[in-house]
Amino acid sequence: MTMLHTVNKSPFESKAFDTCLGLAKSGSTILLIEDGVYAATTGNSVADKIKNTSDINFCVLGADAQARGIEAKLAEGIKVVDYEGFVDLVAEHDTVQAWL
Amino acid sequence: MKIALQINEGPYQHQAADSAIQFTKAALARGHEIYRVFFYHDGVNNATRLAIPPQDDRNLYEKWSKLQKEHNLDLVVCIAAAQRRGMIDEDEMKRQGKDANNIAEGFRISGLGQLIEAGIEADRLIVFGA
Repeated sequence: MTMLHTVNKSPFESKAFDTCLGLAKSGSTILLIEDGVYAATTGNSVADKIKNTSDINFCVLGADAQARGIEAKLAEGIKVVDYEGFVDLVAEHDTVQAWL
Repeated sequence: MKIALQINEGPYQHQAADSAIQFTKAALARGHEIYRVFFYHDGVNNATRLAIPPQDDRNLYEKWSKLQKEHNLDLVVCIAAAQRRGMIDEDEMKRQGKDANNIAEGFRISGLGQLIEAGIEADRLIVFGA
């Protein structure tokens, strides 16, 4: 049973990313969308959280990262997906949980 | 795969309403079936036909109506959430004795049972929210 988690809030604005990270099980995927993409950036207080988590897959919605001008600042190991990639992630995982 | 969506955020509020449209288009492009789109909470505001966004801005209402026509989507507006926000169709207008209605073509008003059914019948239920 695998779960896709979506986070759409900036980690500087809300606890959604932290809560998700704390509860996501090994082997699940966290997809960062909308302002959630800021969690995927380096050079700030949240950068280590992704770096220090090895058993969860992290993805970021490319269009939302691009819209915010942070493509060049994305942390290593983060997969960039487009909307069709988002759809594929939904299909590949058994359930989807949105952390609003 | 059958995919259902729940949209909790109004248009132009932040980004969720836009994300939901993009996701729907991509899901259809990937050959999936959109089982239902359920508009809940402020999401019901996506169903008005009276809004006039600036011409140089995206028109979310038209996008939904167009997608609905092209793919025969089931766009369902939560009745309780709609009535609180003054979103009303012709039948409700008559029943409630109101003087106008504002639901766009292609949307239908119904109850929470439609969301539950979507959760049961669809393979995935994706929530786009505030």
